[in-house]
Amino acid sequence: MEVDQLQRSFLEYTNSLFREGFLDGQFGQLQLLQDESNPEFVFEVVSLFFEDSERILNDLTLALDQQNVDFKKIDAHVHQFKGSSSSIGAQRVRNACIAFRNFCEGQNVEACRRCLQQVKQEYLLVKTKLEALLRLEQQILAAGGVIPMLDS
Amino acid sequence: MGKNGSWNEALTFTSSNASWKPGDGVSDQFPAGLRVLVVDDDPTCLRILEKMLKNCLYEVTTCNRAEIALNFLRDHRNGYDIVISDVHMPDMDGFKLLEHVGLEMDLPVIMMSADDSKSVVMKGVTHGACDYLIKPVRMEALKNIWQHVVRKKKHEWKEKDFEQSGSVDDERHQKLADDVDYSSSANEGDWKNSKKRKDEEDEAGERGDTSTGCAQKILELMNVPGLTRENVASHLQKYRLYLRRLSGVSHHPNGFSNSFIGPHDSPFGSMSSLNGVDLQALAASGQLPPQSLATFQAAALNRATTKNSLPLPLVDQRNVFSFDNPKLRFVEGQQQQNSNSKQVNNLLHGIPTNMDSRQLASLHQSAQSFGNMNMHVRSQSNSLLMPMVQPQSRTQNLNEVNVSQPVLDRNGVDNVKWSTLYFCFPSVACCRFLKPEQ
Repeated sequence: MEVDQLQRSFLEYTNSLFREGFLDGQFGQLQLLQDESNPEFVFEVVSLFFEDSERILNDLTLALDQQNVDFKKIDAHVHQFKGSSSSIGAQRVRNACIAFRNFCEGQNVEACRRCLQQVKQEYLLVKTKLEALLRLEQQILAAGGVIPMLDS
Repeated sequence: MGKNGSWNEALTFTSSNASWKPGDGVSDQFPAGLRVLVVDDDPTCLRILEKMLKNCLYEVTTCNRAEIALNFLRDHRNGYDIVISDVHMPDMDGFKLLEHVGLEMDLPVIMMSADDSKSVVMKGVTHGACDYLIKPVRMEALKNIWQHVVRKKKHEWKEKDFEQSGSVDDERHQKLADDVDYSSSANEGDWKNSKKRKDEEDEAGERGDTSTGCAQKILELMNVPGLTRENVASHLQKYRLYLRRLSGVSHHPNGFSNSFIGPHDSPFGSMSSLNGVDLQALAASGQLPPQSLATFQAAALNRATTKNSLPLPLVDQRNVFSFDNPKLRFVEGQQQQNSNSKQVNNLLHGIPTNMDSRQLASLHQSAQSFGNMNMHVRSQSNSLLMPMVQPQSRTQNLNEVNVSQPVLDRNGVDNVKWSTLYFCFPSVACCRFLKPEQ
């Protein structure tokens, strides 16, 4: 594929992710941070996010499976997930976390389990999309092009 | 351990080419080279912050554990200019870290969190954070953090100038010193206003203390070479913030309110009744000024709640200590009968000294190294000021204390003149000196 085409695909795809609310302005900040000294920065950070998220989601699943659910602990986990997802701009995941925290306050186990499902779903969605985006980036670089900057 | 290396898993160094040493004055490259320590247990956030700060040309050290960060700061006291810390961390509450850093190292600390609720932001204010950033943190917010460092330095230089000019107008100094705009972050609104109000409150409290300036008095009494009034003032203010937070009561002009003590914090059963001596009764009968009782309690509270920094109360009054030999003897537990100090030991029982008498003796020994520490409060009474320099090296080997006259008052309890001393911060010899009404 031509570099131009790849770059256009990349921009279109990124814009759609913003439009659909999967990503927000914070992701743009990450892309701005990527430079010659850290050419893989976005990839690095996103990978860290994936690793960390899987750990948190496992912890959350375990915590909700307990006989006596520790809501404080769950709230702490969700708070952290909210923080990390907002740091990379995963907007829908972050919003799902906010909703989750509200249900934590209510201390309703069933509602929390549903929230966890919701958060997991959003996470898997954004993961797939980010992976696709990163693959496009790799293709551009492999074809000898540069990653185009986003407008907004 | 050098820069651009890994200290352990939890700490990493990232360095830009510039470096800025405090006290050098502002170099051309400033704020490049600003030395920042970032503490956050979230690896994603930590990495992003590190990159952002590096892009600002700061020297960044990252850490994912608060305890490690604190120990590291202790080992590298002058190694950092500013600390940025997350609020919610698994091993230590961010606010606790904030407190420790403020008390021990006197560095500006910026708190950050995904939590933007007013109560948490307020907590940042009351704990003395110089700013509060809401996550996700943007580059713009980090670019300007250097101003907190400069502001702090400027505050200190200004005070120093006045110090050197020999001016004795302390109220004016304090007003100028406090008249500094603290707020600065990209997140405006409530944060700014609450901090401003807090500063004004502190200022009023500071002025309300004594008419001639508390910090100045303390400085004079301590007579420590190289110590400046602004060191004392800064620590005094922080100490008050700390105590206020502990007590949860509003700021009393005296520094403490009488309803100070928290039941869960008392290290011993009941503060008010000691072996044979009832402090409350004494207070009621007018022989023990209420503020002294409060200060006992206050000191007790501090003593019980702090681990590393040990604000120790030393009540030195005429018939409390027996100075038949230069070394001070404190009695813990078992009562030691002293020929002329029965009341002495009784009163001392209530004093929360977890140190053994030897340690306390050497504490007093340390006083001598700071010059003439014997002061005459009133014509009849003596008081000893005992600065405590480093918490880690509790027993400093310094000269013996030489007390020129015995403290014991022949008239016994009736003629009690109380002076009460506090150790505010281990890192700076700082004493709170109250004069009793008599």
